[in-house]
Amino acid sequence: MTLLSVRDLAIEYASRRGAVQAVRGVSFDVAPGEIVAIIGESGSGKTSLAVGLIRLTPRNARTTRGEVLFDDGIAPRDVLEMDRETLRRFRWRHAAMVFQSALSSFNPVIDIWSQFLDTGRAHGMSDPRAVRERASELLRVVHLDPDRVLRAYPHMLSGGMKQRVLIALALLLGPRLLILDEPTTALDILTQRQIIDLLRELRDRLGFAMVFISHDLSLAAELADRVLTMYAGRIVEEASVSDLFYRPRHPYTVGLMRAVPRLSGEPGALASIPGSPPDLVRPPSGCAYHPRCPFAIDRCRAVDPALVAVDTPAHTAACIRWDAVAAEVGARIA
Amino acid sequence: MIELDRVTRTFSTPGGTITAVSEVSLAFGAGEVMCLVGESGCGKTTTGRLLAGLLRPSSGRLLFDGGDVWATRGADLGRFRRGVQLVHQDPYASLNPVRTVYDTLSAPLFRHGKARGHDGAVRLIRALLERVGLTPPDDLLPKYPHQLSGGQRQRVAIARALTVDPRVIVADEAVSMVDVSIRVTLLDLLLGLRDELGVTIVLITHDLAVARYFARHGRIGVMYLGRVVELAPAERLVADPAHPYTAALIGAVPEADPAVTRAKRRVPLRGTEIPSLLALPPGCAFHPRCPLFEAGLCDVLVPAVLPIPSEREVACHVAVRERTRVAAPA
Repeated sequence: MTLLSVRDLAIEYASRRGAVQAVRGVSFDVAPGEIVAIIGESGSGKTSLAVGLIRLTPRNARTTRGEVLFDDGIAPRDVLEMDRETLRRFRWRHAAMVFQSALSSFNPVIDIWSQFLDTGRAHGMSDPRAVRERASELLRVVHLDPDRVLRAYPHMLSGGMKQRVLIALALLLGPRLLILDEPTTALDILTQRQIIDLLRELRDRLGFAMVFISHDLSLAAELADRVLTMYAGRIVEEASVSDLFYRPRHPYTVGLMRAVPRLSGEPGALASIPGSPPDLVRPPSGCAYHPRCPFAIDRCRAVDPALVAVDTPAHTAACIRWDAVAAEVGARIA
Repeated sequence: MIELDRVTRTFSTPGGTITAVSEVSLAFGAGEVMCLVGESGCGKTTTGRLLAGLLRPSSGRLLFDGGDVWATRGADLGRFRRGVQLVHQDPYASLNPVRTVYDTLSAPLFRHGKARGHDGAVRLIRALLERVGLTPPDDLLPKYPHQLSGGQRQRVAIARALTVDPRVIVADEAVSMVDVSIRVTLLDLLLGLRDELGVTIVLITHDLAVARYFARHGRIGVMYLGRVVELAPAERLVADPAHPYTAALIGAVPEADPAVTRAKRRVPLRGTEIPSLLALPPGCAFHPRCPLFEAGLCDVLVPAVLPIPSEREVACHVAVRERTRVAAPA
């Protein structure tokens, strides 16, 4: 069964220089209870994609084509076709989002209890006692003391506590899908560890699916079942977490992995990816990665490659040179 | 060459006085590379600012070539100011948005009398830009910060630090804000300055893997709540952390290898919350969270930073006892 099915989604932003093609025809599926990581650098379109899934894109953005089908078990519905009221109810009840900056996601002048109460009310939980009960239960699940936290104002909580409150708040209506934007980036190492363990534990307990976006490969290695690599508005590789890390087939995925310093094992040789991400007002011809790609041949400048199955049907890469990549990186990279 | 000698720095806040840095002693030789790591609030940025002479110690001394910096005036102070340069985390904030690359780099050259006239300045700036890998330099000269990528801005910030021929560069989270794909190049650029110019480099980072890479021929210092808790050659610190806090950090860091990261051994902590600097626990500040905690010792006595075998130092009663006992002949 598929919980979320994204088909050929394209999102553009209006800018003075022309349309910025942030998401250029993205398709992927998420199964119930699955954790999918979307990795890529800034400017890869991963944030636009994440907010596009529940239409939280800013005003100057336009979804130009595609479908975002969400199947709550009754019938698949296209999020892009929902009217405002349906969409409002859909968010939080079916799919909730946890933003990167825990600090700015709260209204600073109201206490945590009111944040829960307002959210509950807006989504049809009219009985404050029911909200209180559910909020307390969720706060305990995220290892916080409800009596203390519900009375607190956002500034009274540490970064890690705020992030946990946000996760609890996102889970208030029992969504089947949680979308997280860089869920641990702003947090300290030990706090980050708690949040990672917490997310995994919550998924196991409550069974919701997660789509999280991160520039941090290690977070994907730690938490994801499946990983999508995004570059210049496209998914360029999709694989199970072990296939992606041990048998990467897209040169960009390989480049990212070789750029990350390791803490365990041999330090290994590191190398940055030359150049910088392309201008999405005028993406390069052919494969958008070709100007930075050590594997590029003439044909890469002309052909914009589609995702094709590589080693297994579930592992796809958008690279006409994937077999050359495979030959060079061998079976194991990470 | 540059040394913090039992430096403490306090700040007044609305909640009371906090000690951001407490009794920190760190000495650096010429051309040495060191990384200071720790979580937010550990005092690593304050330590960097103390090293760069931007903050005056509340007590203790900053020594440069043996002289007490805050006791000197005039020419010696000027020599120190030029000798130690700070590169900030966010070059977007530290570069003036209305100044071109030429303006940014020529100002210190003129101010310190290194260049006279436009032509002389351009010659020096071209060389600086080439040194930091911004080529062709003439394309960069008329650019404003917003016309540069994050990596380019950070290179300009490094070039600006180099205008005064510093002997020490303190780089505070200098690569945290640039994309992972280009971080290594920036780290290598800084290391290259060490190799070519003999500059001492102190990199402040929250990222242990970055610290391991950068300080592979140097040391890592770990800070917690204002104190240095461990100081050791990078590989030794990572492979065999002596302080329980260091061990906890290393066990907690996720790694870009699914099998490795999912099999990592965590150090179980007794508490999760970091104490407030306004209400530091007595004794060792880590004791409420520490798995090695011994009542009557750790909650009473502040552990001194003491040497243990293999060129390492650690501030932990238990670790010092265990490690020196193991090393001593029976």
